[in-house]
Amino acid sequence: MTYLAKPKLRHPTLPANRLGYTRRDYEGKISTLCAGCGHDAISAAIVQACWELAIEPHRVAKLSGIGCSSKTPDYFLGASHGFNSVHGRMPSVLTGANLANRDLLYLGVSGDGDSASIGLGQFAHLIRRGVNMTYIVENNGVYGLTKGQFSATADQGSKSKRGVVNRDAPIDMVAIALQLGVTYVARSFSGDKEQLVPLIMGALSHRGAALIDVLSPCVAFNNHLGSTKSYDYVREHNDAVNRLDFMPHREVIGADYAPGEVIEVTQHDGSRLRLRKLDKGYDAGDRLAAINHIQLHQARGEIVTGLLYIDPEADDLHDHLATSATPLNKLTETDLCPGAAALRALNAELR
Amino acid sequence: MNAPDRAAAASVTRKSRIQAVNDFVIKFANVNGSGSASANELFARSILRMGVPVSPRNIFPSNIQGLPTWYEVRVTEQGHLGRRGGVDLMVAMNPQTWEKDIAEIEPGGYLMYDSTKPIAAAKLRADINLIGVPLTDIAASKYVDAKERQLLKNIMYVGVLTELLGIEPEVIAQLLGEQYKGKDRLIKPNLDAFMTGLHHARERLEDAIDLRVERRDAVGERIFIEGNAAAALGCVYGGATVCAWYPITPSSSLAEAFQKYCGKYRVDKATGTNKFAIVQAEDELASIGIVIGAGWNGARAFTATSGPGISLMSEFIGLAYFAEVPAVIIDVQRGGPSTGMPTRTQQSDLLACAYASHGDTKHVLLFPEDPYECFEFAAASLDLAERLQTPIFLMTDLDIGMNHRLCAPLKWDDSRRYDRGKVMSEAELEAGRDFGRYLDVDGDGIPSRTLPGTHATRGAYFTRGSTKDAYARYSEAGPDYIYNMERLLKKFATAAKLVPQPVIAGAAQKTSHGVIYYGSTSPSMNEAIDQLERQSVHLDRLRIRAFPFGPSVKKFIAEHEAVFVVEQNRDGQLRSMLINELQIDPARLVPVLHYDGTPITARFIVNAIASRVRGANVLPIKSGKAA
Repeated sequence: MTYLAKPKLRHPTLPANRLGYTRRDYEGKISTLCAGCGHDAISAAIVQACWELAIEPHRVAKLSGIGCSSKTPDYFLGASHGFNSVHGRMPSVLTGANLANRDLLYLGVSGDGDSASIGLGQFAHLIRRGVNMTYIVENNGVYGLTKGQFSATADQGSKSKRGVVNRDAPIDMVAIALQLGVTYVARSFSGDKEQLVPLIMGALSHRGAALIDVLSPCVAFNNHLGSTKSYDYVREHNDAVNRLDFMPHREVIGADYAPGEVIEVTQHDGSRLRLRKLDKGYDAGDRLAAINHIQLHQARGEIVTGLLYIDPEADDLHDHLATSATPLNKLTETDLCPGAAALRALNAELR
Repeated sequence: MNAPDRAAAASVTRKSRIQAVNDFVIKFANVNGSGSASANELFARSILRMGVPVSPRNIFPSNIQGLPTWYEVRVTEQGHLGRRGGVDLMVAMNPQTWEKDIAEIEPGGYLMYDSTKPIAAAKLRADINLIGVPLTDIAASKYVDAKERQLLKNIMYVGVLTELLGIEPEVIAQLLGEQYKGKDRLIKPNLDAFMTGLHHARERLEDAIDLRVERRDAVGERIFIEGNAAAALGCVYGGATVCAWYPITPSSSLAEAFQKYCGKYRVDKATGTNKFAIVQAEDELASIGIVIGAGWNGARAFTATSGPGISLMSEFIGLAYFAEVPAVIIDVQRGGPSTGMPTRTQQSDLLACAYASHGDTKHVLLFPEDPYECFEFAAASLDLAERLQTPIFLMTDLDIGMNHRLCAPLKWDDSRRYDRGKVMSEAELEAGRDFGRYLDVDGDGIPSRTLPGTHATRGAYFTRGSTKDAYARYSEAGPDYIYNMERLLKKFATAAKLVPQPVIAGAAQKTSHGVIYYGSTSPSMNEAIDQLERQSVHLDRLRIRAFPFGPSVKKFIAEHEAVFVVEQNRDGQLRSMLINELQIDPARLVPVLHYDGTPITARFIVNAIASRVRGANVLPIKSGKAA
């Protein structure tokens, strides 16, 4: 057997969310990734975020490409439909799925090879179309399944496990997405679940294209000295600009902060994002300043994390296409077929 | 009498003049981007309105402006809608192609040209009849604006032709009125230019031509439409809601027509929202990815493309085949390989589509013969894709797709329901029905699927291009792989029963020879059969309308000593598929191949087949059985 079923044990004390689901209801099969892989921590963060948001698990569609990261949708949200598509081409499949049924939540999971190397084109067009989805890049700078080759996000000067130094300039998914009009973008670290979970919750609640670039060290091929994507390197160079607290709209906020240190953003669905500023000068509503800040710090070898940009008033591809409120996959002959009389009239015009 | 025969008969008396009523070919040689297209189309339509069938063809370059372009109109009371070959009247408006155009005229034919500047005798032919019209002079004397001069010059030559050929001027006036409906100020200048040409011909060109158009009632109920528009309508009627495409000749006008018809039929009046989504994707990989994503999620989706697009889509096509996702791919074929002849026609993507993608694959192909079948098969392909949960290819080509073709009026039965295939509902899942995504429950090879979001706890599965067991669980086990691959073959056998079956027609006399053909070859083949019968060459015929082939194809081949397989490609791709799929002895299938990028003609087919059949018929005589 080449898959692992998970035993269905329910601990009686497991807490339930407002729909009565426990975290177990958001889990999937047992991961077949390496012990200590950053990706498994991201899967756990996705489970936590969906549980906290009390999303009905079957209302999520999870899509991925090919690679270690793209395997993970099998390891969370077992009650959701998943689609492990073609290498680098998940964005188009997700776009089509989203067009077919605007009522589901779309979660794209991909890696740096899948999104920045082979799939950069589709990634770019998904972002610029404003497809309503959450896109998580599990970014480790290497190809795992083919045993340790550099991907396009590997930093210049970074050393591979075999000692090869990468000379090519890295692709920064966040900076590119900002330039392409992304309306929610964050960077985080698989080792910082406290930061990551609310960022995922904010992204899932966002209408429009939401991207989270998560540095997710590869314990097998990219966790050594000389790597800029190792646990140690990321911890030492993590420069968080803010911390996000996610508040579903029903909760009342009662914390006290000094003015200027906290910003609140209300999204389309009424959910509120409270940003506690760690870098007082950082403005998550300023796209150009965000690009500038990220690149300045990147040049110094620092990794800027947090919610880096948000446009809470964003619209999405369905707005652009003015599609009907009823999902296209629910329309029937009555809605879609003009009928015989219209065809007879048309025939008459074609003579 | 065909044109050369007519020429020979006429040459006895005086300088030969082709004489014909409602049966001739006129060709317009123009410069691309000069506004000739609408004038030429007006001309073709006027003959149609006189009740005489026409078959027009655009022969155009891969270019926006400046390169040569031609428009060929076959006037055919007999209703032969294939390309005839040869030209009886050339309207030579492009100095760049003068020599080639002159050379194409049949002996005794006619050349109409702009006589503003004298043309040296050496650049003309003695065996053709000249009709000089000083179009540039007339236009210059009437119009100041250069653009107006150019555009109205085109309408002017339509006026000349109308008079010379005996077309009723009222018909043109009416068509102009329809064409510029809502833009009334354009009608008068066009009508003026038209009458200028007409009067010029009336006063100075009496009896210049022995080609005539006479009113008939030979068009009947038929409609005049491009295959791409008809296929787009089929997608609207068939319930496609998602269209993703990337511009590529000759398929772009299909997606654009879908946009147009959706705008007409699919906008919700109350809310102004669209019951469709059209995405012009960044490339063909994204087009097919969007189609597959939408199909997976329960929307009917299609893409329109041509050969290079198929090459790019191949990896995704394999995913849709193996993961069993509905998708419709309309391939408007053009000349390959590579960029090939992007504005010329071929049937050369059969193998690329039938076996697209790596590994063992087989795909369903449909071959429409005309716009009517483009409509029918486009709608059918959306049903087939969901019934069979696999990519369906609609194999049309430039000749059908981008030319107006006379065909039967489109039909729709309002009681028709879309076949959504085996989709398990929430109620079925709730009732506890066993769901194995890749489990063949009833022996037709087609499993059930569920759509995302259907049931809170049941029916979710993981779709993947890798091997899985019958319950969609990842598996690298040999038996699981074999189970699915064998089931896919079984599904393909089921497909053979669901696709449009071949059309078979017997010869007037019993014969040992047959012919197999498909797609846009149809009108020329029908004409060739008539001509061959007059030469006492009799052929039973079978028109393939889909792959996989039904049992009647193998039976047809078995019943004949030799079967010609007529195709518009170099390698005999359908023939290869017949040999490969039906285990036919290659010697029994005689290839007849036309692949220079022009549409196949009856002349070509007759020449290719008649000589070989006559050769074959000689043998029994030699052996003493006859006489």
